[in-house]
Amino acid sequence: MKKVIVLLAAIVLSPISFASSETTVTIAGSTSVSNVMEVLGETYQKKTGINVEVQGMGSSAGIVAARNGTTLLGMSSRELTIDELTDVDTTVIAHDGIAIVINKSNPVDNLTREEIKKIYRQEITNWKEVGGEDKPIIAVTRDVSSGTREEFEKILGLKRIVNDIEVSDISQRTLVGNGNGMVKTLVANNIYAIAYISLGSVDNGLLVKALSVDGTKATNEHVFSGDYKLARPFIVLYKRNIAQPALDFVNYIMSDEGQKIIQEQGYISIEQSHN
Amino acid sequence: MNIGNESIPQTAQSISTKKQDWVGIFFHILFVCSALVGVISLATIVWFLFSEGLPAFRQAGVIDLVFGNQWLPPALFGIFPMIVASLASTIGAVIIGVPIALLTAVFLAELAPQWLANIVRPAVELLAGIPSVVYGFFGLVIIVPAIEVIFNIPAGNTILAGIIVLAIMILPTVITISETSLRALPPVYKEGALALGASHIYSIFKVLIPAAKSGILTAIALGIARALGETMAIIMVMGNAPAMPGSILEPARTLTANIAMEMSYATGIHASALYATGIVLLVFIVILNAAILYINKKRAY
Repeated sequence: MKKVIVLLAAIVLSPISFASSETTVTIAGSTSVSNVMEVLGETYQKKTGINVEVQGMGSSAGIVAARNGTTLLGMSSRELTIDELTDVDTTVIAHDGIAIVINKSNPVDNLTREEIKKIYRQEITNWKEVGGEDKPIIAVTRDVSSGTREEFEKILGLKRIVNDIEVSDISQRTLVGNGNGMVKTLVANNIYAIAYISLGSVDNGLLVKALSVDGTKATNEHVFSGDYKLARPFIVLYKRNIAQPALDFVNYIMSDEGQKIIQEQGYISIEQSHN
Repeated sequence: MNIGNESIPQTAQSISTKKQDWVGIFFHILFVCSALVGVISLATIVWFLFSEGLPAFRQAGVIDLVFGNQWLPPALFGIFPMIVASLASTIGAVIIGVPIALLTAVFLAELAPQWLANIVRPAVELLAGIPSVVYGFFGLVIIVPAIEVIFNIPAGNTILAGIIVLAIMILPTVITISETSLRALPPVYKEGALALGASHIYSIFKVLIPAAKSGILTAIALGIARALGETMAIIMVMGNAPAMPGSILEPARTLTANIAMEMSYATGIHASALYATGIVLLVFIVILNAAILYINKKRAY
């Protein structure tokens, strides 16, 4: 009997003894940004001992999290709307292209923006219509939370108006993957597939092949020369009265050391894009 | 239940002491509180779902929301394609999974030699402990490509892939509960059947399974609930396209996948529509449980 009571008491009291006072910087949002943010977080943790928790869940989700205080920082791979900017500050930490990727066995090398648009509206459904083999096209898109999807739709004009509200014009029949990783896995395993992912996560064509768009190769050089049109900023956002540890981490990202890591990971640092 | 069993001998030992009454009352309260946790959780979830989901029903209309064909947030919120996808994948999983599970349960309870049962039973129990993301990954790299080859279709991310993954996932639930209810039958059933000259197989199908029917139906109901509620594995293998599927060889999005994919960022009426999706799911579960309750009750009289 005593044992049972002691056990119950131990269970009830245990959370108190585990509570810790270590500072942790929480950051959530775009799965494209979280790729490089994880590396930045680990390096920062080794350097300062401050824990950085990175969670990739889509730009819109990250913006919501930072605005209502669930996390200290938010990550976005799209510009914020005027509504969203009312109570947060933003810092552009890097630039990135949106790569159009296909399976490595697909011989197609180039698509025009118009062709990509038609593929996602399912007006073009066979690879032979765009100079490939006589095979069906499987278009893969991201969930609506994705900043990559939002910028992709904006740049290509894949928007339409329903009931006075702007909605996505990507066909309802396209496959949906949540996260860059899942989309990449889908394309790597399906010879008919086409998708769009963060250029920094293409990994030099290890798993998937990045296409030229309008005859311009998808490279970092072409993104910051402005020749490659599918590009967007990586943004970190935070409330105006943010805690000091989080602000220190943002400053670290913007420092020479942080920007160097961003370059090493295959993204375009702020300095590069200014040159 | 364990605590209850252990406390019985102690109660008997010191039944006359005054301290014992206090302990008895303590445990009585403990049991009541434990029982209430489940009820209170359910009540809170229901209250929360309805308070969050009703604005969507009010703004979009029950008919437009439940029978609408277009899911285009933040303009249109029709979840009918997802209701169809959830039902199709669950029914398919039951059609494939339940017969396999039932035969396995009979095998384990009646036919398997001890050494084989000692391999099959832990394997089935292990299956229950595998996280659904692992099932999803297994489906993505094994079942999806297999469907592409077998049916010669360009993308294997289809309802069929979901059905197969779900059928495997409900196996442990259905097998374990069915086997338990078969073993719980009084031995006279089987002995009587055999004494009357029935073969072992005949007595299994004509005597034992009908006698264990209520337990087996409970097992199937829990299996259906598991299939209807599964999320992560389904997101990974079913393609998640919100359009109405034309056949089981097309991609589709289930009710649970819709909630999981969009809940984290949705605001306003969009979030409310996702809670409304949850209400529809809850209604299905309630109907299912009510049906099982009704069938079991009818049998009792």
